[in-house]
Amino acid sequence: MFRDAAIIAGKDLRLEARSRVVISQVAPFALLVLVLFAFALDPDSGALSRAASGLFWVAVLFSGVLAIQRSVAVEGADGNRDALRLTGLDPGGIFVGKAVAVALELLVLEVVLGAGVAILYNATEDGVNSPSSVGLLICAALLATAGIAAASSIYGAIAAGLRVRETLLPLLLLPVLAPVLIGATRAFEAALDGKAGEGWPWVAWLALFAIIYAAVGLATFGSLLEES
Amino acid sequence: MTSLLNPPATSATASRSTRILGLLLIVGFALLLYLAFVATPPEQTQGDSYRILYLHVPSVTVAYLGCLLTTVGSLMVLWKGSDWWDVTALAAARVAAAFTAVVLVSGSIWGRATWGVYWVWDARLTSTAMLMVLLLGYLALRRLPADPPAQSRRAAVLGLLIIPNVILVHYSVTWWRSVHQGSTITRPDAQIDNLMLFTLFYGFLVFGVFFVWLMIHGFRIAWLERQVEAVGLEHAIAERRAEAGVVAPGAVG
Amino acid sequence: MGYAITCWVLSAVILAVFIGWTLLRGRRLSAQVPADQRRWM
Repeated sequence: MFRDAAIIAGKDLRLEARSRVVISQVAPFALLVLVLFAFALDPDSGALSRAASGLFWVAVLFSGVLAIQRSVAVEGADGNRDALRLTGLDPGGIFVGKAVAVALELLVLEVVLGAGVAILYNATEDGVNSPSSVGLLICAALLATAGIAAASSIYGAIAAGLRVRETLLPLLLLPVLAPVLIGATRAFEAALDGKAGEGWPWVAWLALFAIIYAAVGLATFGSLLEES
Repeated sequence: MTSLLNPPATSATASRSTRILGLLLIVGFALLLYLAFVATPPEQTQGDSYRILYLHVPSVTVAYLGCLLTTVGSLMVLWKGSDWWDVTALAAARVAAAFTAVVLVSGSIWGRATWGVYWVWDARLTSTAMLMVLLLGYLALRRLPADPPAQSRRAAVLGLLIIPNVILVHYSVTWWRSVHQGSTITRPDAQIDNLMLFTLFYGFLVFGVFFVWLMIHGFRIAWLERQVEAVGLEHAIAERRAEAGVVAPGAVG
Repeated sequence: MGYAITCWVLSAVILAVFIGWTLLRGRRLSAQVPADQRRWM
């Protein structure tokens, strides 16, 4: 299964390397979301820097929706999905492969967004003074990303092949990602406030979410890929 | 029981059993309204606004029943590929959506009456709102025409995940909000006397029958929708074959 | 009493719309499907 996953992930990432959609379209969109938040919230009132963690993760979620739309779209072109099934690759492997590709793209987006938030929102990083805080940020980001990627891949497959996918997928996916938003924001807030201890339980929560959705994906992807 | 299975004579989803149930419901609701508004005394702390409880609590139960049926139905679709359960899941989701809307509206008004605000971001309200969104998403997916077996499997996965997602959101909000306030704002405990308790349980009974009535009609509607789509599909295939000059299999050549 | 009555009325409206939709849709669909194909289960 892992070999199949590597094949799929490699395919998606090579496609991205050549088309550069995430880099040239999704990343600028992510930064645009940050800018829009700055227009909506008065930068002088301090609301922006207080809400930085939450706004960061909201921007990640919106960008994530675009990334998964892209991931699903590349399969729909030119009868790819039929070809995919005919290859006889393990469905679980396909799931892991697509999720890993999306996760890696999201991590790149998060680095970009992180820089954006730090610079644009004057988010106070004083709290990030200990290895524990840095570790908290990294663990939370990794696990949140894993959970987002797993859930997105499942719901992307549910909505795949439908003409209304562009409008339906966000509606289906975003409510599901709400627990990740809550957990990741709380973890980041704890890290930025210097109270890393409060953040680690949320990291455990993010891990639970990721595990649950990884399991669901492995269990159901076979059914989801079938066309008839 | 067989009258439930026989197609109705008229051009509608009604049948003898649903008409009988319907009549019972009209009488039943009339009695419930009398009990809820006239027979029972006002409550000590909340006055008359507590009467919302007789509507709100049974509605919650019916909404949860609907969700449960959708979940079981989705499971059976994935496990056994059952069409019957696929139709039941859809009908149940529709009923659940209607009653979740009632729960949100009635809960909101009750909140205004007792706490002065229409909404608070506590675990119970937030997860109910999420349930509404998840149900609407499920219904949106099911409205789309697509190859029945594949579509019903995907919808089943979606349906199966509704309740787990609500649970995940519920716990997220509980742990999040517990930092700022008590995890769930509880209403002042209503002083319940015997007639109030009876009215509440009677409410469960009436709403339960209401649920059955809605499910019978809803099942028939969803089943008919399936038939219409299948007939439409057959026509489309026949047309396509005619275009290609191929004689349809069952046709007399 | 005002809150209670408003609440019940609003909820009744929601449920009435649902009932109405159910019955009307049932009628429309039954008309579309010929009687012999209407057997369920």
